Amino acid sequence: MEFAELIKTPRVDGVVLRRPFQPTVEGTLCLTGHHLILSSRQDNTEELWLLHANIDCIEKRFVGTLGTIIVKCKDLRVIQLDIPGMEECLNIASSIEALSTLDSVSLMYPFFYRPMFEVIEDGWNSFLPEDSFKDLESMTDEWRLSDVNQDYCVCASYPPLVAVPKDVDDDTLRKAAAFRHAGRFPVLSYYHKKNGMVMMRSGQPLTGTNGRRCKEDEKLINATLRAGKRGYIIDTRTIAVAQQAKARGGGFESEANYPQWRRIHKAIERSSVLQESLIKLVEACNDQSHNMDRWLSKLEASNWQTHVKEILTTACLAAQCIDREGASVLVHGTEGTDSTLQVTSLAQIILDPTCRTIRGFQALVEREWLQAGHPFQQRCVQSAYGNGSSVKVRCEAPVFLLFLDCVWQILRQFPCSFQFSEHFLVLLFEHAYASQFGTFLGNSAAERAKLKLSQKTVSLWSWVNRPQEAQRLSNPLYEANSLVIWPSVAPQSLLLWEGVFLRWNRSSRCLDEAYEEMVHIIEYNKELQNKVNSLRRQLAELETDDPLQHTE
Amino acid sequence: MEHILTPKVEEVQLLDRYTAKKPAIGTLYLTATHLIFVETSCNTRKETWIIHHHIATVEKLPLTGTGYPLNISCKNFHVVHFVIPSERYCQDVYHSLLRLSQPAKLEDLFAFLYNPKQDEDDRRNGWGFIDSAMDFKRMGLPNEFWELTDLNKNYEVTLVRKSNNAIESICDTVLGSAKFRSRGRLPTLSYYHKESNGAICRCSQPLSGISARCLEDEEMLQAISRANPNSTFMYVVDTRPKLNAMANRAAGKGYENADNYSNIRFQFVGIENIHVMRNSLQKLLEVCAMKSPTMSDYLTGLENSGWLRHIKAVMDAGVFLAKAVADEKASVLVHCSDGWDRTAQVCSLASILLDNFYRTIKGLMVLIEKEWISMGHKFTQRCGHVDGDPKEVSPVFTQFLECVWNLMEQYPCGFEYNEKYLLEIHNHVYSCQFGNFIGNCQREREEMLKEKTFSVWPFLWENRQQYINPLYKCSLGREVLRPSTLPLNFKFWCGMYNHFDKGMQPKQSILDHLLTIIQKRVEGEKKMTDFQRVNLGVVIGVASHQTFMSSSSGMQRDNVVLNEILNESLSAKACTRFDTIDAFVMLSESRAL
Repeated sequence: MEFAELIKTPRVDGVVLRRPFQPTVEGTLCLTGHHLILSSRQDNTEELWLLHANIDCIEKRFVGTLGTIIVKCKDLRVIQLDIPGMEECLNIASSIEALSTLDSVSLMYPFFYRPMFEVIEDGWNSFLPEDSFKDLESMTDEWRLSDVNQDYCVCASYPPLVAVPKDVDDDTLRKAAAFRHAGRFPVLSYYHKKNGMVMMRSGQPLTGTNGRRCKEDEKLINATLRAGKRGYIIDTRTIAVAQQAKARGGGFESEANYPQWRRIHKAIERSSVLQESLIKLVEACNDQSHNMDRWLSKLEASNWQTHVKEILTTACLAAQCIDREGASVLVHGTEGTDSTLQVTSLAQIILDPTCRTIRGFQALVEREWLQAGHPFQQRCVQSAYGNGSSVKVRCEAPVFLLFLDCVWQILRQFPCSFQFSEHFLVLLFEHAYASQFGTFLGNSAAERAKLKLSQKTVSLWSWVNRPQEAQRLSNPLYEANSLVIWPSVAPQSLLLWEGVFLRWNRSSRCLDEAYEEMVHIIEYNKELQNKVNSLRRQLAELETDDPLQHTE
Repeated sequence: MEHILTPKVEEVQLLDRYTAKKPAIGTLYLTATHLIFVETSCNTRKETWIIHHHIATVEKLPLTGTGYPLNISCKNFHVVHFVIPSERYCQDVYHSLLRLSQPAKLEDLFAFLYNPKQDEDDRRNGWGFIDSAMDFKRMGLPNEFWELTDLNKNYEVTLVRKSNNAIESICDTVLGSAKFRSRGRLPTLSYYHKESNGAICRCSQPLSGISARCLEDEEMLQAISRANPNSTFMYVVDTRPKLNAMANRAAGKGYENADNYSNIRFQFVGIENIHVMRNSLQKLLEVCAMKSPTMSDYLTGLENSGWLRHIKAVMDAGVFLAKAVADEKASVLVHCSDGWDRTAQVCSLASILLDNFYRTIKGLMVLIEKEWISMGHKFTQRCGHVDGDPKEVSPVFTQFLECVWNLMEQYPCGFEYNEKYLLEIHNHVYSCQFGNFIGNCQREREEMLKEKTFSVWPFLWENRQQYINPLYKCSLGREVLRPSTLPLNFKFWCGMYNHFDKGMQPKQSILDHLLTIIQKRVEGEKKMTDFQRVNLGVVIGVASHQTFMSSSSGMQRDNVVLNEILNESLSAKACTRFDTIDAFVMLSESRAL
């Protein structure tokens, strides 16, 4: 298929672009296969380059022959284009609609994008499972890397290599996989160096209504327990939801069959509920009404903050079991690809200082989200404005955004303990939904391999890890903190993430200015301390020189 | 002292407000001024000090397994929960605290006892530290339109007004207008905006009733309007909800009938009265005190308290005033009922929006002194300093501070002071340690406070390093602040209402971090110059050793001599090591940035 077929009108002059808190721009609108471009063709004005993939939905309005297209983006921005001429406007609108909802992944921009920068380090090879296993090997010899899933047959959403207890053979894994949802048998998620406790994750056990059991599954998870120690199973669903899952062949670990494990149920919502929540929240944030009660009740009714609190609470619980109780933990919900990953990845942020560095966080996203099979493509196909426009099965959900929101909450409470700043989190949110990089394409390692992403597209990490980019995303306040950091989950301590949800609804001038001033203060101080030190050294050198020798 | 029945109770438990953590065990002491809890269960000797005047309520709860619980809530939103082992001690502490926290008369307040070992001259001078009359000079007054009058010097016109107010001339008009205004609080100048000639004036409601009018008052308003050549009309802003104002008409008070006054634009802005605000705060504090609430409980509670709605109403009114003055170049007359609560909030907020001076540490002192203290905000009653009518208590001043805090959130570089400054002022409004916030009007204050108590302003000024906002950019200059008042810009002030619940605050503070850096910077810059001097000394010592050979290593720490050498070497380039001088030049460049 040629993109040209979809572009009915490639160019319109005299288009006016209106954005809140920014000056209006008049210029020429161009449509290309992947971008909507508006340029005033003057040197000093900003051009708009918008990826079609970033467009969540559009609305058309007409007043006489002047058409208006409201473009609502996945990054939550809303812009308005005034287009003279009804036909042009209709053409543009239908072209955008077609181009922003392309079915085929291989037509996405990452497959066409050529980097304008030199790739110093190929991000596709930056975080290989083999490498992270080497770190694990240096700490313990109780685990091995299994290639049981090499051809993705045992579990379609797992990577080819997974870490499992050393004493458990591949055959046992295969049998355990048959007992877990979508073959997601328990695998290692995190090893807590301090006390050797581990966190594992999996899909739900397929006990069904008649309480099926699987000796191999029991053996697999019991192999992670120390003699005489009990572990915790954190089921991210309420007991009622977990009970209902039995009717559909799912279920949970019974006390009788898993006597060494204590099961705790939490209440993280399923993805469809989260999607509703995002839609309501963004609607509330875009409401220009001056009624305080209305804002607070809409914020409350969106339940977004409730989800943030629930996810963080569960992550704290998992971290507590490991660090305070000295117990190993298995986390799962239903599929084990959404709430499970939120919990396991946040628990690592709390426990492991490495995850709070720029590279460490990338490794975490790679390990716990991409490799672990979070279906990014399905979840991010629509954002907050995309209700009802698609006829496909509804599987979009802001699961990853909620995770980022939770990270931001911890970052806000520990502003000096993260090597990266809020900008990095916002960047990941943007790229998860629309990107020139291939990192977030596909739904699993298997799909990514099939699409040959590592050969055909550029990795986001290749770009992020360039020195200048890493510098931009780094947190000037960072001071390495090797401790476990326990966030407060009191409602008063959890704020609305303004950097994402109010980003386009207010002028950022004063906040940007404050950030720059902060950076300036810190850098000036560093420079000053360096100079003081170098002067001190010079003085010491001069003092040791005997001046009489110089004159001889 | 006669109120202290038991000065010391041992084996007292201090419970954590939210979590089921093990209670701290310690000894409770009652002094004449403070309640002190000293933890004995930990090695670090943790102490909790509560000044008696901060105590708002003391509550005995039903007996528990471990003893007799006593719940103490403070006006600075500190809540402590003790469990006392014996009933008699619990009773004693309870009764003592009731008496100590709200004495029967002003003379028993802490301020009259407080003596920080300064001499009498310092104390007296301290009261002159902030002179609100000087502020009118700063605004450029008197000028061709405005003059100061001492009509009120004997407090005859109104019992509450300070002398030396800047008010419009013409004696009879003024006196006539005073008679037509509730409690004689005639229109006076609050803020004069040089750039636009627009003025903000404040007064109390007119005694208009159903149909009464007063020619002098009408003349008075017209005179205010005429004093601004840039506008043909003047706003009259009644900060009350319309219903309240109408109800007042039945009582012979009310609001201006626009037909009787020429060229006024009348406007209600709908800020609720002190009783509504008191109840709203009560509800807010109940939300803060909830044990492990869900997000939904919290947000619903926040909404139902109405607190943020009230804060927004005050802010909206302030913004309205600032826009009228700065954008429309119009003058504004503001009143509520008596003109000492809502009017004070709105006028002071508008001043902050209009004038950068009030966004400085000293400027806020002047503003509070001028708009609140001297204009007769009834601190004694509103704060409940002494035993009195609980219906007169209301968090009017707290709301003002919260509005300022909200502005600081929107303009992180716009204020010289930080959140700690607001919190410290709030603490001292209630602590009664200083005389400033005691009394209900300036007359009451003149009579006894300046003779017997200390002023808080020199004390705050001395500690100003703590209150600096490191991000402050004075380059913002006289820029008028135009905050957004969309509801989503108003946040719950956790730093105020949950200040003592450290677990809820961010565990690392950016502010503290930056303040430390600023401190380091001062030291670093000092070290730098010292080193440079010494280095140059050494270098020059090497170059021309005959001068400095007498000292063994060429080190010469006499700064005066070295300074001369520094200057010499810079001009004569006698220096053999230029990099030290480079460093010096670079530093001054980066400092200039």
